[in-house]
Amino acid sequence: MVDIIRFRDDAATDQQPVGLAELTGGSNATAVRLESNEDARALLPYLAQLTLIEVAFPTFRDGRGYSAARILREAGYLGELRAEGDVLVDQMLSMRRCGFDSFVAQAPVDRATLDATLNRYPNVYQPAADAAVPVWKLRHG
Amino acid sequence: MKIVTGNDLKTGDVIWWTGKGWSRHYGEAVDVVDAADTVIASESAAQRVNAAYAVDAEASPNGPLPLHIKDRVRAAGPTVRADLGINPAVPIVKG
Amino acid sequence: MYQYDQYDQAIVDARVEEFRDQVKRRLAGEITEDQFKPLRLMNGLYLQLHAYMLRVAIPYGTLSGKQMRMLGHIARKYDRDYGHFTTRQNLQYNWIKLEDTPDILADLASVEMHAIQTSGNCIRNISSDQYAGAAADEVADPRPWAELLRQWSTFHPEFSYLPRKFKIAVIASEEDRAAMRLHDIGIELVRRDGVLGARVFVGGGMGRTPMIAPEIAEFVKADDLLSYVEACLRVYNRYGRRDNAYKARIKILIHELGADEYRRQVADEFAHVKTLGIDPPLAELERITAYFAPPAYEQGISDDIDRSDPDFALWLDQNVKAHKQPGYAIVNISLKPIGGIPGDATSDQIDLMAELAEKYGFDELRVTHAQNIVLPHVAKRDLYAIWQALDAAGLANANLDLVSDIIACPGLDYCSLANARSIPVAQKIAERFADLDRQRDIGELKLKISGCINACGHHHAGHIGILGVDKKGIENYQLTLGGSGAEDTSIGKIIGPGFDEDGIVDAVERAIEKYREVRTPGERFLDTYRRVGADVFKGAIYG
Repeated sequence: MVDIIRFRDDAATDQQPVGLAELTGGSNATAVRLESNEDARALLPYLAQLTLIEVAFPTFRDGRGYSAARILREAGYLGELRAEGDVLVDQMLSMRRCGFDSFVAQAPVDRATLDATLNRYPNVYQPAADAAVPVWKLRHG
Repeated sequence: MKIVTGNDLKTGDVIWWTGKGWSRHYGEAVDVVDAADTVIASESAAQRVNAAYAVDAEASPNGPLPLHIKDRVRAAGPTVRADLGINPAVPIVKG
Repeated sequence: MYQYDQYDQAIVDARVEEFRDQVKRRLAGEITEDQFKPLRLMNGLYLQLHAYMLRVAIPYGTLSGKQMRMLGHIARKYDRDYGHFTTRQNLQYNWIKLEDTPDILADLASVEMHAIQTSGNCIRNISSDQYAGAAADEVADPRPWAELLRQWSTFHPEFSYLPRKFKIAVIASEEDRAAMRLHDIGIELVRRDGVLGARVFVGGGMGRTPMIAPEIAEFVKADDLLSYVEACLRVYNRYGRRDNAYKARIKILIHELGADEYRRQVADEFAHVKTLGIDPPLAELERITAYFAPPAYEQGISDDIDRSDPDFALWLDQNVKAHKQPGYAIVNISLKPIGGIPGDATSDQIDLMAELAEKYGFDELRVTHAQNIVLPHVAKRDLYAIWQALDAAGLANANLDLVSDIIACPGLDYCSLANARSIPVAQKIAERFADLDRQRDIGELKLKISGCINACGHHHAGHIGILGVDKKGIENYQLTLGGSGAEDTSIGKIIGPGFDEDGIVDAVERAIEKYREVRTPGERFLDTYRRVGADVFKGAIYG
């Protein structure tokens, strides 16, 4: 049983994500997996049909998925956005800020550490895909 | 011969495997022959060493001496600050 | 100078607690070294050849007396009584204990300092012109723009795992004192129709494949700046190479795409990003700019200086530069004593420089990319007293921009990446040219030494550059000539086979003597090299 950490109220889909090629080949799948070298913008025509987009992190050093997540959220995608692979607890705050709302991590995640990590910073300097208000907005109203 | 070096996890000090534990003096290192991987795995897992690796060494009057200049500087301390090293007498230039 | 408000302070304080927790988990064995390494690097903590090394950020090289004193305090309490000023205007401690680092970061936070993003594949400390706010030739003070970028880049959620590290410099003068075009992004502030904006160069760098950044945008307005650099970074984060660490810097992406194609992609991304509302209102830049208002200069004070002490006069001519305010001057404190370690300063020296800044310099210091210290605003009547205090502390070396004012990376004496030692070569060259009259006759000569191809010692940009390599286990040194990190940016060329440690000192001397022989009046070494070409020097060096 894969441990999914979710920050959503709706039920997780039980559909296995298909690959990008299958989706763009005419599949009516509602779940898709984006590899780290694939273009998130290729998904934009399909956002209305998707309820789960899984973004692969083959190593924690591969940061392309952060941009992919923001691009999908900036395009208005509201479904589940999952980071899967070598995802470390100390990265999850940035991932949440980029729009990820679920995680499937290779290494076990300690929930207390995660909660502390996600709640540690009272402020942020820049707007992203989350609701956090940048300090310049607090300064200038 | 092969000797094993690494750093103390808490302090960062350069340390050498003596067969029983870790010493700050390279001359107390022992030849691990072909057991480097085993030593590194078990000592790293027990957190008694950090970033350990094996180096080639040769016998010297002061005990095993690393062959490569980088490990000799590591054994000596900065050559430009002899006051800070704990083994400043390590011969640096090879050959 | 910029001062933290409650938000800035809360963020830095939270960072201290986050790292305290990460260190605790590492020491408890909950995370492996592989997992911990990117976390500690994101906080400037390396494991070097002998010990942990901590790199402290000095944003755009500006700091107050109180901050400088804290650097001295940390050196004294947690390290071995000295620190090393770096080519990116930061400070490194060489002997830090992992278990002490959370307390060190807490001490730094108490004076509005940190080590955030001083390593790792993220946006590093923003560097700038050490004469910012004091130079007559600037169109504006570049530091408010650098501070705007510092805040935007701090914990940027999208850009913490870039293909490779990312360095940004901001200048505001035609004369480039910050090697701007050798950065991943170089920004030159310019005025167009009375409006201040950014000329943006992208894709410069040194390292294995040195490149001079091409201009990507001729003018970006202040209220578009963050959207524009966000677009620059997003294209890089998505398409920069990740298959080979040596080809992962943005300069390789731009070289492979071509500047025109990169510019087009950034323009497309910018058109999208600009709709997201990430640029703060201009009021934020104005808020920051207010902190960099000129100090309360005394008006109408004398420009006269008593030059009767000849040693003082030498220092005055070499190390003191013109200030835009009448009666004031810019003081350069050389951290390059003959035979010393370039960029090193003891705790006592650090304290003294802090004291001089507080007493005579409106409480402000700068760190230069050439590893020296600047007191940017000093009344000319105080210069002699400052010189006397510096001289007593071994800090009155009158060699700014001369052959002994050498940039050197820590090299194999400290660095686990190095292939050869840099510092002993710097010491031997400085000793060879110890005679100040000879140095002054040679004139401006930027000599830069790196102990490996990563080029932290900027050898590519040296009028004379030295690169240390490992030749079958023996240190060997290659000589390059003709580089420049100034506004006439150029990359030096390897002149021929390498030398051993003594051989490289002789080779440098032969090159310099050839210059003295063939120069025309007023020509610097670099000018002569460019006029006569490499072959003339090659003949002199190899006979």
